[in-house]
Amino acid sequence: MTRSSNLVAAPPRPSTVVGPPARRRRRSRRTGWAGWLFVAPALIFYAVFVLRPIVLTVQYSFYDWNGIGASRWAGFGNYTKVFADPELYDSILHAFELILFFSGIPVLLGLAIAATIRRIATSRLALVARTVLFLPQVIPLVAAGIAWTWLLSATGVVNQLLSALGLGKVTKAWLGDSSTALPAVGVIGAWVLLGLCILLFLSGMSKIDPALYEAARIDGAGVVREFFAITVPGLRQEIGVCVTVTMIAALASFDIVYVSTQGGPGNATTVPGLEIYYLAFSQREVGPASALAVVLMVVVLAVVLPVQRISKEDKP
Amino acid sequence: MTGTGRSLTGRILLVVLMAATVLPFVSLFVTALHPSGSYPSGLEWPSDPQWGNFARAFEVARLGEFLKSSVLIVLGVVPVSLLIATMAGFATGHLRMPGGRAVFLLFVLGLTLPFEGIITPLYFQVRDMGLLNTRWAIILPLIGLYMPFSVYWMRAHFVTMPHELSESARVDGVSTWQLFWRIHVPLAKPALSSLAILLFLWTWNQFLLAIVLVDEPAKRTMAGALGAFQGQWGTDIPLLCAGSLLILTPTLVVFLIFQRRFVSALLAGSLKG
Repeated sequence: MTRSSNLVAAPPRPSTVVGPPARRRRRSRRTGWAGWLFVAPALIFYAVFVLRPIVLTVQYSFYDWNGIGASRWAGFGNYTKVFADPELYDSILHAFELILFFSGIPVLLGLAIAATIRRIATSRLALVARTVLFLPQVIPLVAAGIAWTWLLSATGVVNQLLSALGLGKVTKAWLGDSSTALPAVGVIGAWVLLGLCILLFLSGMSKIDPALYEAARIDGAGVVREFFAITVPGLRQEIGVCVTVTMIAALASFDIVYVSTQGGPGNATTVPGLEIYYLAFSQREVGPASALAVVLMVVVLAVVLPVQRISKEDKP
Repeated sequence: MTGTGRSLTGRILLVVLMAATVLPFVSLFVTALHPSGSYPSGLEWPSDPQWGNFARAFEVARLGEFLKSSVLIVLGVVPVSLLIATMAGFATGHLRMPGGRAVFLLFVLGLTLPFEGIITPLYFQVRDMGLLNTRWAIILPLIGLYMPFSVYWMRAHFVTMPHELSESARVDGVSTWQLFWRIHVPLAKPALSSLAILLFLWTWNQFLLAIVLVDEPAKRTMAGALGAFQGQWGTDIPLLCAGSLLILTPTLVVFLIFQRRFVSALLAGSLKG
């Protein structure tokens, strides 16, 4: 006790924020059990409502069960079904196709837009834009789905604009045509996520040293070289975040699809989340629903972990 | 010269972008003013704006009940989540408990979990607990589902707190709980308020849990109620638009009041998540 009080009384040295190892060992023994008491409530909620259901999902995925009667061991049968039934594996393919729109458009277009408006990022217009561009993040996705269903309908604003531009021939019910329904859903997702990505990029750009841009200009670098040599490498972390967030949004999409197309027309816009919902709660096929859920969780991890690794690596 | 040219391009781009962002809202609004039951085309200001649609939508959507239900759910989820996540973040980030790192990694494991992945067993679990069709069916699972992000978030705050602070309090004979409650929680206010905003928003807009676990729309969240409203009134476009607008008004109002905190919370939230 005296020793530690001496240490505290001594003027703090900048290098000892963490403290010497001997003291650390003593402290951890003293506060060890208290620490577990502090973690316990969060851990209990997490274990009961997340960890246990994860384990149960894996367990259900090996059984035939309708949710009420007796269950029967099915081995890998449900997984075979996921990859053999076109309705189910199509939903996974659709989710990957949605990544093109949910991630591709917000990240690429967002980078281009952020680079263009970087100079005016502190103007009054940009401050207003900050609020406006955030609106899609604040409203329920269900509301976004309803609004866009109406915009993309046969007589909606999108077709009205196209006609005004002299493109009256291409107008159609975008969500009702099986060849355009999935891209149309993708556009809704892109609308939701674009603003978030732009603002993340802008805040990242404000941390890039302006001297770098000066130097580039003196070296005679054009706008494009400047973009690829300074902006993109400087935004590595932000790009990683946007790619991660948008890819999860695409793979785990549910709300938008549920209200705008419900998977239709036909099965043109089914996604894993929607299939799980229908299988488990309409068709009472808990086994295949759980197998698809396991596949979805694994796919999300398999896609997100490499992105995290790349974006967290030390900058060159 | 090129500088001003580029800034003009930037301004035009920004305006176009903002127009594209508000277009769906404008379209909802204009459509909501058309006569109930009609099928208006595109953006067209009605000859006789039906302001009464909003009042009717408020009534048929039973918006008052939905508001009350959403507020109750938020009150059930957010304070408890904040408290227990802060405690866990404090323990794993500041107390150096044995096994703290392993526990933290266990929480991190859940960061990317899609809710659809566990919705099926969650349904049966909630049913066996006898909570189906009550607000608890949404509240309790959401607290658990928010733990990975919330603990991660609060821990990120507590690892930046200097240990000298706790050391000197210890010398004064302060217990671990007092150290937490009297010294560290007040200092964590900025992190806590951002987390509170995020949790409020995610709860208010939660859809999947609401439609799976609660049949009665009046016991759901706002987003879940909107889903039911669409199912019931989907064919009456102006009324649906009016109802949708009313249902998203509360979050818009809260957002506009706290917009600066919201924007920074959401940006920081996605950066950390």
